[in-house]
Amino acid sequence: MRRLIAAASAALVLGLAGLTPAAFAATEGGALPHTDFPHVGIFGKYDQPALKRGLQVYREVCAACHGLKYIAFRNLVALGLGNDEAKAIAEGYQIPDGPNDEGEMFERPGRLSDHFPNPFANEKAARASNNGANPPDLSLVTKGRDGHEGYIYAILTGYEEPPADFALGEGMAYNKYFPGHQIAMPPPLSDGQVTYEDGTEASVANMAHDVVTFMAWAAEPELEERKAVGLKVLIFIGLLTAVLYAINVRVWSRVT
Amino acid sequence: MAETSHQHGVPGAPPSGETRRDFLILTAGAMGAIATIAVVWPLLETMNPAADTLALSSTEVDLSAIEVGQSVTVVWRNKPVFVRRRTQEEIDAARAVSLDDLGDKQTDEERAPKPEWLVLVGVCTHLGCIPLGTKKGDPRGDFGGWFCPCHGSHYDTSGRIRKGPAPKNLEVPAYQFVSDTLVKIG
Amino acid sequence: MSTPVPRNKVAQWIEYRLPVFSWMNHNLTDFPEPKNLNYWWNFGSLAGIMLVWQIVTGIVLAMHYTPHVDMAFDSVERIMREVEWGWLMRYAHMNGGSMFFAVVYIHIFRGLYYGSYKSPREILWWLGIVLLFLMMGAAFTGYVLPWGQMSFWAATVITNLFSAIPWIGGGVVEWLWGGFGVDNPLLNRFYALHYLLPFIIVGVVILHIWALHHRRSNNPLGIDIKSAKDTIPFHPYYTIRDMFGMGAMLFVLFVFVFFVPNMLGETINYVEANPLQTPSHIVPEWYFLPYYAILRAIPDKLGGVIAMLVSILVLFILPWLDTSKVRSARFRPIYKQLFWVFLADCIVLGWVGAQPAEGVYIVISRICTAYYFAHFLIIMPILGKLERPRPLPESIHEAVLKKRGPAQPAAAMEKH
Repeated sequence: MRRLIAAASAALVLGLAGLTPAAFAATEGGALPHTDFPHVGIFGKYDQPALKRGLQVYREVCAACHGLKYIAFRNLVALGLGNDEAKAIAEGYQIPDGPNDEGEMFERPGRLSDHFPNPFANEKAARASNNGANPPDLSLVTKGRDGHEGYIYAILTGYEEPPADFALGEGMAYNKYFPGHQIAMPPPLSDGQVTYEDGTEASVANMAHDVVTFMAWAAEPELEERKAVGLKVLIFIGLLTAVLYAINVRVWSRVT
Repeated sequence: MAETSHQHGVPGAPPSGETRRDFLILTAGAMGAIATIAVVWPLLETMNPAADTLALSSTEVDLSAIEVGQSVTVVWRNKPVFVRRRTQEEIDAARAVSLDDLGDKQTDEERAPKPEWLVLVGVCTHLGCIPLGTKKGDPRGDFGGWFCPCHGSHYDTSGRIRKGPAPKNLEVPAYQFVSDTLVKIG
Repeated sequence: MSTPVPRNKVAQWIEYRLPVFSWMNHNLTDFPEPKNLNYWWNFGSLAGIMLVWQIVTGIVLAMHYTPHVDMAFDSVERIMREVEWGWLMRYAHMNGGSMFFAVVYIHIFRGLYYGSYKSPREILWWLGIVLLFLMMGAAFTGYVLPWGQMSFWAATVITNLFSAIPWIGGGVVEWLWGGFGVDNPLLNRFYALHYLLPFIIVGVVILHIWALHHRRSNNPLGIDIKSAKDTIPFHPYYTIRDMFGMGAMLFVLFVFVFFVPNMLGETINYVEANPLQTPSHIVPEWYFLPYYAILRAIPDKLGGVIAMLVSILVLFILPWLDTSKVRSARFRPIYKQLFWVFLADCIVLGWVGAQPAEGVYIVISRICTAYYFAHFLIIMPILGKLERPRPLPESIHEAVLKKRGPAQPAAAMEKH
């Protein structure tokens, strides 16, 4: 039995080591500057005040170009907002709807059941106004990029003057962590860009941390529930397995 | 399964039950039962209406275009909702009925606080068909309200069941007047 | 072994018409198993449990999934966010696939170590290989359904393998696609197949167990059952052991499901499929990596596809390639070593399959591919003739007694 466990764990370790080619590989700009978000890790939970501030950064800065299509206004209640606050945010957006009885499409104020609208009508419109680039929807970016939260944070804070010999394209910006270093998104954050209600300093680093935390929540709203349920399930199944093992030993002690 | 096992076919099995093992088997059995429920329950719960479905729970209707005696049908939670602007005769007919004549006893005042406007979920309470009576030229049944063609239920001008197999009156959904010409259902 | 007549009247009524009770008794309760099976023999029933697990979670997911290129990705996200326990079902199914393969691979390597493929279990072994192929089909069609970037490009790359068929390849690929590229027709048919294959697997599993119960289980000694003394009834000995095994397996599975649900998946699959942009690094799921390494090791397109297929097909003739008269590696001193070398070779193939196809990785993959085939085609036939196996015990019963024997005097001595 012990040999089996040893062999199984060795196989698991070997397997895991071989299977994550990209996850541990350093990205282009070297080690990522900030990866230890409080929600990462076995018992990690979202930094609640940061989530609320991150929503503010998203709405005041990112939302000009980036959609958030998998998040509905009703979901914002999970960030600690009241129903009325969420409703007020929803009503601040114009949502395309229709056709009405005359057959016309129209816009109306958002409702709780609506999702964050995309700032552009379609991909072509997005590319036309963004120097050929299509600003990605932010609902899944932390889940869908190698490096995850750390990578998004690095992009937000990784703008630099290009090296002298670097041929930067028209309208492009230089980013230390972006593959190829040429990014169509101009530096989105600058110190003091938003005014936080809770008095947190609106530095680029703080805003980046907050908005990345918010995006992580948007990608995995089930994270806290998942870990909480998981802990209970593991304790239970661990105990049950131990009891079954004890029965197993007793039953087999009769074999001669 | 476990208790019948060691009684036969096991060479050298001790004849008497061992209390420790019995305790262990009881524990395992109880935990196994809990585990089974804990697996089956979420599996069944996945079939509940999802969060986004539940969120789509209200519909707004503009009443300004509806003339006296006319009805419209709107969709609320995948079901038709009838909004009828009743004539004075229809209101009077509905209010004149004695409760004794009704199977499902409700006054018209309860069902239509603003007498001119009657709002009903357009699903027959018998087996879920959509009663006729909203469009011009539809049969309205013996009581001038609605008539369900599936099994012949007759509803009056308050949407109450008067004749036929349906057990209950047509349901009045929760609604409120946002303004004089706008009603929000749900 | 008794064939008990059910005492209950209703049970008797049923038994007379359809002998389910005696059938279950024969196959589950009293079925004689060798009494020396070790824990590596758990993995067959664990694979069966994973099959049920995948079917149950899969049916729930199918109730919410939409097989259309415009809606598939969104419908999966809707499952993750809006459906009650949807994230649990989806992660359980996703990681359940990995667990299924892990368990089945251990099951296969157990068979290789103890010679379970040798006469008279060749058909049992063949059915197992058929099951592996069916599982691969189910895994691949399932991987395409979320319609992420890796789903799309995996479908593109794998269906393009068929273009390697001389003359008719191009036509075959268009037939597979139902169009001129990977698009909605392919997604639709993959969904249909993904729902179908598990039930075909269930059918073949029944044959697999039929063959197993006909010729009985092999055992760590690799010698035949000679008398009733060599066996114990399946219940309670192996039922309790399988339940314990299930608990342990589910513990591992739940660690993945609840705490690192995306560790075995590819990040880029959370980006919706884009037919105009290939991800920079295309890799299959971990359980396909060794075959992928073999495919890339051969510099010729058709050759690579053939090598990949043959790497599994060769298992069909293994019962005859292995010329040894002894089944279990316990009594084969050299094969016992080479088994581990072969396992290491497969793991290295898996590792190199995840690396970019360049430089030293190509060299490693070629060496390992060559060794993989040499193991079956050269080493197994020659070794069986040259190797001198150690003497086999008289019977399972005696071997078990011998093993337990010295323990009793030792325990007795402690008392003094």
